[in-house]
Amino acid sequence: MREILSTVDTWLAEGKRVAIARVIGVEQSGPRDPGATMAVNEDGEVAGSVSGGCVEGAVVIEALDVLATGVARRCSFGYSDDQAFAVGLTCGGTVHLLVEPLDW
Amino acid sequence: MSGEIFQELRRCLLSGEPVGLVLVTRVADEVAALTPLASKLLIRPGATVLGSLGEPELDRVVSRDALAMLERGVSGTRHYGSRGEARREEIEVFVESFVSPPKLIIFGAVDFSRALVEVAKVLGFVVTICDARPVFATRARFPLADEVVVDWPDHYLEEVGPTLGARDAVCVLTHDTKFDVPAIIGALSSNVGYLGAMGSRRTHEKRWERLLEAGASEDELRARLMSPIGLDVGARTPEETAVSICAEIIAVRSGRAKGAMSSLRDGSGPIH
Repeated sequence: MREILSTVDTWLAEGKRVAIARVIGVEQSGPRDPGATMAVNEDGEVAGSVSGGCVEGAVVIEALDVLATGVARRCSFGYSDDQAFAVGLTCGGTVHLLVEPLDW
Repeated sequence: MSGEIFQELRRCLLSGEPVGLVLVTRVADEVAALTPLASKLLIRPGATVLGSLGEPELDRVVSRDALAMLERGVSGTRHYGSRGEARREEIEVFVESFVSPPKLIIFGAVDFSRALVEVAKVLGFVVTICDARPVFATRARFPLADEVVVDWPDHYLEEVGPTLGARDAVCVLTHDTKFDVPAIIGALSSNVGYLGAMGSRRTHEKRWERLLEAGASEDELRARLMSPIGLDVGARTPEETAVSICAEIIAVRSGRAKGAMSSLRDGSGPIH
């Protein structure tokens, strides 16, 4: 969280809307621990990370959608036998995220 | 627009004050109207709780638990009933404890210290350089250090030693027994998690004798003093040595410094 503050400050000062994606759980292997945070502004610019780069692209899409709807959501990325997840971690783990507008 | 909780969280993170963030991460349909997903509490020791999860008893119970987690410096997921009942699953929260960044105290205002400050800053340490010689311990020589102190190591550690804990580190790089020995003795009387001292094997052996004469026990030196300092990565330059020292600090903190360190390639355990 600390590492994204200065970028988020800049975006807020420019009047940009910002979404925050936060790792809230990891199953098996995951490159970032719970608490890892990524911020996405309304232009799709990114600060921070929630994985080793495996799912950030998909998180930007989720974050922009959250900014469009204004509603927080939980989402998960990982490999699954039932093909429930479109994007996975190459290490085979699953990462659970909460994505929300920075309106608090 | 960001609001009161984010601004206060931001302020605490920048000032290094401990703060806990409670976030509702899953909620059963029948209670989602009262306690929406992403509801928050901001927990600060000795201050009022900011935010609400929508139900006063839930707020009270979760705040109490989150404060206890903050005091222990742990983060994690917990489950509650809609009014804070234990052994229920209607509400899942993620409690993130933000504790103050770890401290690194470097004794010796030498060139190796300058490189160590740079690498330690990358790792998020709050770094203090301490040396008794005002000519060397200057802000101009250590622009990235958070603090540059002109003092004797034993005197300085009397003051700050009680604030050091398991995540903190002391590196003794003075190359001078009259500074090294009091610095190490002072650090041993603190709870600092990492204590390392620079020097060749010959320096190390002579220093070991002086430390025993100064009252340190063989057992505590073996258990706590990393000397010669650093992992054996073949470091030569101040910068390479700084990486070797910081790698050892990480290894000690994560409990992997027992026995010979090996490359990930040559092991079989999980990498994260």
